Amino acid sequence: MYQYTEFDKSFVKSRAAQFRDQLERWQDGRLSEDAFRPLRLQNGWYVQRHAPMLRVAVPYGELSSAQLRVLARIAREYDDPDPEVYRVASEAQGKLGTERLPTHCAHFTTRTNVQFNWIPLDKSADVMDLLATVNMHGIQTSGNCIRNISCDERAGVAPDEVADPRPFAEIMRQWTTLHPEFAFLPRKFKIAITGASEDRAATAWHDVGLQLVRNESGELGFRVSAGGGMGRTPVIATPMREFLPWRHIMNYIEAIVRVYNRYGRRDNKYKARIKILMKAEGQRYIDDVDEEFRQIVEHDGAPHLISQAELDRVSASFVPPALNVPPAAVDDIDPHGHPLFARWLQRNVARHKDPALRIVTLSFKRLLQSPGDASADQLDIVANLADRFSAGEARVTHTQNVVLPWVRASELFALWQAAREAGFASANVQLLTDMIACPGGDFCALANARSLPIAQAITERYQDLDELDDIGEVDLHISGCINSCGHHHSGHIGVLGVDKDGREWYQITLGGSDGSAASGAAQPGKVIGPSFSAAEVPDVIEAILSTYRDTRERNERFIDTVRRVGSEPFKAAAHAARTNDEVTA
Amino acid sequence: MNGTRRMRILALEDHDADTRDRVAILSNDDDPQSLKDRLKDIDRIDLHFPHFTDGRAYSQAYLLRKRLGFEGDLRATGDVLIDQLVQMERTGFSSAVLREGVDIADAERQFARFAGYYQGDLASL
Repeated sequence: MYQYTEFDKSFVKSRAAQFRDQLERWQDGRLSEDAFRPLRLQNGWYVQRHAPMLRVAVPYGELSSAQLRVLARIAREYDDPDPEVYRVASEAQGKLGTERLPTHCAHFTTRTNVQFNWIPLDKSADVMDLLATVNMHGIQTSGNCIRNISCDERAGVAPDEVADPRPFAEIMRQWTTLHPEFAFLPRKFKIAITGASEDRAATAWHDVGLQLVRNESGELGFRVSAGGGMGRTPVIATPMREFLPWRHIMNYIEAIVRVYNRYGRRDNKYKARIKILMKAEGQRYIDDVDEEFRQIVEHDGAPHLISQAELDRVSASFVPPALNVPPAAVDDIDPHGHPLFARWLQRNVARHKDPALRIVTLSFKRLLQSPGDASADQLDIVANLADRFSAGEARVTHTQNVVLPWVRASELFALWQAAREAGFASANVQLLTDMIACPGGDFCALANARSLPIAQAITERYQDLDELDDIGEVDLHISGCINSCGHHHSGHIGVLGVDKDGREWYQITLGGSDGSAASGAAQPGKVIGPSFSAAEVPDVIEAILSTYRDTRERNERFIDTVRRVGSEPFKAAAHAARTNDEVTA
Repeated sequence: MNGTRRMRILALEDHDADTRDRVAILSNDDDPQSLKDRLKDIDRIDLHFPHFTDGRAYSQAYLLRKRLGFEGDLRATGDVLIDQLVQMERTGFSSAVLREGVDIADAERQFARFAGYYQGDLASL
């Protein structure tokens, strides 16, 4: 993991002190609500439906066990609403039918950050101080600035990697942190980076997507694309450069962001993302960026050129941990005569670049807990598992699970037993119940409908692992509104909550892709007709899946069947599952 | 390099009284290149923040200083709040007109807050 320097540590502490000063000025009226809002947002503090929400940055998803324990402490001691706040919230959500409104827990997000839903704002500065003790913060996890950089959860350990993206992600983290020119962009700006041949970071859906590649001479560089994004106008990123030498990446990103800062729309927040500027300007935007890049290099003297020494210095933080690993490669793991263990090996364990090691996914998708939620005790257990099995390191995944990246093949059985005891061993990775869902209308002020009860209902219906295995790999993504935090656009099956006359309805899309090899080129799914009621959604999902099982050819995955036969048969089956006469537009 | 304020902070009446300079005013959607040929005849350029969350003037400041080499006074006007003064200075502003009713001591504290930054400030680039 990246080792914070004294400079990094003091920077995070200064930021926490700055936030405390801003909070106090807001509390005593010296700072207006309007002026405080963007400041708290740029520290990760939202004000949501019932309480504030904190988003903690997890740069490129990496967490140490010490950091996990502090997150556990925050969940235990601070994710603790005032009883009156909780009573009002429970009553309001109860009227909608919500039965569980969990407190004292953390939530893993699709951009590999961690959120808390109940911390009172007057405790916010204390929490920032506590986070700073383990070099954590909420810098630029919200607001119209360059957000936390996300990465592939297998970065540096994946066998299919061209180069480790983490040193570059760290250099970008530093360059973007409190960048004075780019703190008030037209809208938020997200960068994702992968170094693998398989895209596990949904790069095509980002404002800037970066993929490490080698050119014909074997030199390392980036394939750069820009202008991807979800929201009400889903757009796949446009290729900007097929090969940009790695040394120039910051100069080039500066050009992209500067042209966006100058010309991006500011009159309508729904048209303010870079994707809209790029759609409107087309090639002219790309030409402007090229010209700005040329000026940065030729006139400004390429001020952000990354030197080999700097890359080496940062890379040194990412050397593999010293592990007591038997030198021999392990090809096959003995299933110990245990079919459940064998199934877990197949679904939750992946190859490592070191053949004596494995990458293990702890599943946070199980009954009675929302996708990506972790209680205080569970966070402590993950910390213990990381210490015992994974050199003290864990990673948050894009699909809201946790990965242990340094597990000895010889210890998989022991890890499985421990994970099982803790409830993290559901062998459902990439299966239907390994779904992505946003917090939705139970927590979020923007949501039009609740996501979690839908996730829960589908999880309850599909508890038979044999059935899940038979259905195979399906990306089910659920968003509570068009802001698309649950990535419904990129789901093989997408569920989008919409509001119609004050009631919750759900639009279903089919055929979306996050850009992974199994899902095909990134693309948004297509809506299959009018929306459904909450009660109908599980039936509709079942109808769609039954259609797939009836229609598929041998070994054909769900997404491939959808691509082969088109959406019509699924649409008809979904429509037949309606119970309500009332059909929304 | 940090910890001390180099930027001049003005009250509105000081700004209004400041009439001796040869001043150019750029709206935040103007291209700084439009001043290229006149820069040697200009002492001061006023850039505008219609609302403090509109960050276009930061890029204009960068371009005027770095790209066009403007060495005169670069002034932030409009919705100028104390929590943005440091980043204004860091992108090349040399003076700022503070909104009324703001405590200058609160502003001063912000300049001493960070021992340094990850990016070079414009002056050190």
